[in-house]
Amino acid sequence: MTSTAAGDAPRKLDLSKLLIESRAFLALALIIVIFSLLSPNFLTIDNLLIMSSHVAIFALLSLGQLLVVLTGGIDLSVGSILGFTAVIAGFLLRGVPLSMFGVTLYPSVPAAVLIAVVLGGALGLINGVLVARFKVAPFVATLGMLYVVRGFALLMTNGRTINDLSGDEALGNTGFEWLGFNRILGIPAGVLIMAVIALVLAVVLGRTTFGRWLYATGGNERASQLSGVPVRSVTIWVYVISGLCSAVAGIILASTLTSASPTAGNTYELTAIAGVVIGGAALSGGRGTVRGTLLGAFVIGFLSDGLVLIGVSAYWQTVFVGAVIVVAVLLNTLQYGRPRKAPKATAAAPADGGGPAGGDGPADGAEPAGATTPPGPSAPDPRAPD
Amino acid sequence: MNTAADVTTAEGAGSEGGVVLQARDIVKTYGGTRALKGVNFEIHRGEVTTLFGENGAGKSTLMKILSGVEQPTSGQIALDGEPVTFATTTDARDHGIAIIHQELSLAPNLSVRDNIFLGREITRSGGVDFAEESRQTAALLEDMRLDVDPSTPVGDLRVGQQQIVEIARALSIDARILIMDEPTSALAAREVEILFGIIEDLTSRGVSLVYISHHLEEALQVTDHAVVLRDGSMTARGAREDIDLEWIVRHMVGENFDLGSPPQGYAFGQSVLQIQDLTVRDPENAERAVVDQLSLEVREGEIVCVYGLMGAGRTELLEAVAGRGEIAGGRILYQGGTLDGESIRERIAMGIGLVPEDRQRDGLVPTMSVGQNLTLASIKQFLRRGFTSRRAENALATSLITDVTVKAPGPGVGIGSLSGGNQQKVVIGKVLATRPGVMLLDEPSRGIDIGAKAEVFGLLAQRAREGLAVVYSTSEIEECFSIAHRIVVLHRGRISAEFGPDAAKADVMAASGEVVTS
Repeated sequence: MTSTAAGDAPRKLDLSKLLIESRAFLALALIIVIFSLLSPNFLTIDNLLIMSSHVAIFALLSLGQLLVVLTGGIDLSVGSILGFTAVIAGFLLRGVPLSMFGVTLYPSVPAAVLIAVVLGGALGLINGVLVARFKVAPFVATLGMLYVVRGFALLMTNGRTINDLSGDEALGNTGFEWLGFNRILGIPAGVLIMAVIALVLAVVLGRTTFGRWLYATGGNERASQLSGVPVRSVTIWVYVISGLCSAVAGIILASTLTSASPTAGNTYELTAIAGVVIGGAALSGGRGTVRGTLLGAFVIGFLSDGLVLIGVSAYWQTVFVGAVIVVAVLLNTLQYGRPRKAPKATAAAPADGGGPAGGDGPADGAEPAGATTPPGPSAPDPRAPD
Repeated sequence: MNTAADVTTAEGAGSEGGVVLQARDIVKTYGGTRALKGVNFEIHRGEVTTLFGENGAGKSTLMKILSGVEQPTSGQIALDGEPVTFATTTDARDHGIAIIHQELSLAPNLSVRDNIFLGREITRSGGVDFAEESRQTAALLEDMRLDVDPSTPVGDLRVGQQQIVEIARALSIDARILIMDEPTSALAAREVEILFGIIEDLTSRGVSLVYISHHLEEALQVTDHAVVLRDGSMTARGAREDIDLEWIVRHMVGENFDLGSPPQGYAFGQSVLQIQDLTVRDPENAERAVVDQLSLEVREGEIVCVYGLMGAGRTELLEAVAGRGEIAGGRILYQGGTLDGESIRERIAMGIGLVPEDRQRDGLVPTMSVGQNLTLASIKQFLRRGFTSRRAENALATSLITDVTVKAPGPGVGIGSLSGGNQQKVVIGKVLATRPGVMLLDEPSRGIDIGAKAEVFGLLAQRAREGLAVVYSTSEIEECFSIAHRIVVLHRGRISAEFGPDAAKADVMAASGEVVTS
């Protein structure tokens, strides 16, 4: 079978290909230009840094989500884990009363943060084991986790926000707000943390065995397994990493607000998924990059903040973000899943006898979209992403 | 009628049953591959026409075109003399053409009645008239001599019964032409007889049948006409009374393509792979052993061909060695050590490589490039201080591309842009990159053209010379007589016979159950 996509794509298509591939970047540039024109306050260092620290929370969730999406899964529990870990950190900082001994234990800030983050990872581990070991559909496993974890956060706090996490000199647990307020070389700590994690994940994805396994697992799990990829542990690990990222985001959010609300992070999982999708990752797995996901998170963040800045109602923000997501998915389809005239490669083998006879017509398309199409767009459609 | 000069027509091919459907000059190309090269085909009213041909000869493609699953690239179809086109399966169905696929298309969770009326429920005052449906279903089942309640879930029926339900469904839409693709491959002998009884009934009612089967003798029992396809062309046709088994085999196989010969001039090394009393059970039916107490030994440098029909246990045997699926009994030794409890990953590290049967499903990662696919199982080889080195990876991928002669502009191109043969070479290259001691190939030539086939076999012969033990399976008789030093015939999970490279084709086919006697 010769492919139409790779074979006959002439040079003039390169421009549209470039436009599609760099759509997240172009969208971000467009947002910056438009809002700069509409508001003089948009393109100032100060505003950019403030917006970036907002973005950092979502970007962390999106990065964890990206790994899960690369395996072809989805993690709906990230928002709940964010809220839960924030509450845990708050709970620890306000003191753990040990009634048995009549004392109250005040863990130090690093200890509280560490415990909360480890807990986030542990929740991710449960997700991972459910999905990889017990074959629960990722959507269902993490949906359950979304509810359970949110419920625990509400139970622990009776639904009330834990305020005043600044600690007490005498107890030696001050400094929690450092993450949220401090700046290093003028850059908010949260943004730096996001940058470091993004860098680490980029290296992991691009330059390590685990990263290669991850892409392979998402691209074709069965083939990966037969090639010796430990598919199960790879799957478990991505959920653990997603849980860890959510926990870090939860800590940063609690630190920024110096309070921990049990409802923090509600619906953030959707924003996280949106960031991944806008960043060009395929929900069917195997395709996506850290760079794209970061851009996706910035597109959503800058769009929301920009709309606030020029005084557009919060309700309109929702509409805009939704529209951007749909356009992003449309462009993803153009890049990965354009329906081809030629039959899929499996069908191309006139498989008498042993072949998969391909059901009765429509049942054929059971595979995830884009799984069988060669990469690279061949659609001469020079529309810039808007 | 005789348009192609090289078509053999057995005498008296013209028959009293009129032609109900005529396909003329049917060409079907997939990308660059011509699956059908101008085939002429006729279906006679109230008679059975059997299509013979090896895998890849174009039988299924032709049937897909006749049933509207796919459209011909060129050519005409005439039904009762009127030209027709089938854009969809529904189109074909409306013209009275129904196909029963090898893999049944029933919904196992629904009842027999619901399956039969799926998508065309009988309604009365807005609701489904279950009573009427049940009545009609019961009548149909009685016709088919199938004694089951219409409300039984299809999943609870045996495969043979399901097949009959599928036939009943086709008849319930007044199918005039019924295409059966390998209907007996999953049936027990008794069920085959029932099926043949039904076929007789159908033809006496004027239904025309197209029958496809690898079981030549079986097909000869029911057929009225034979059409033989080879390599996308029709090579012969004839009426039942003018043909025999030998005639079919001769036209199916044709002249020998040169697929190489067993590499000579060296002695086999020591025994690398020992399979002892291996039993693997059917995951869907624990009663049935798909591999039944099978023992096999392979030595360094030896090439063994495992020949068998569909369902003989070829795939299960090779997958058990590679570490997929559970072993119910027996053991497998590699270089004297047992493989019990070793994962696929560990087995690859030890030196066992599998090239799976379905390369799209099990062999390739479609989202990755040619290079990434080639190196997927040997990432370690391009790690430098724990990180992948792009340069080392490229070097490895490029050398593999040369080794297995993949025709690709470079390691960076998408795997989907390669032809079937080159994709297969990539899968083989991926396994070779792990430096295996024994290489298992499950139908390595499936869906690739003859040239690529010869190249793949050449590659394996060369590796065997260097000490690699090769086990490949095939369901195509001519491939047994290529590079294999030894031909092992599987029949119902057991080795029914072993042959040397100079055995007679008919003997090998007989041992596989394809031909009972010859």
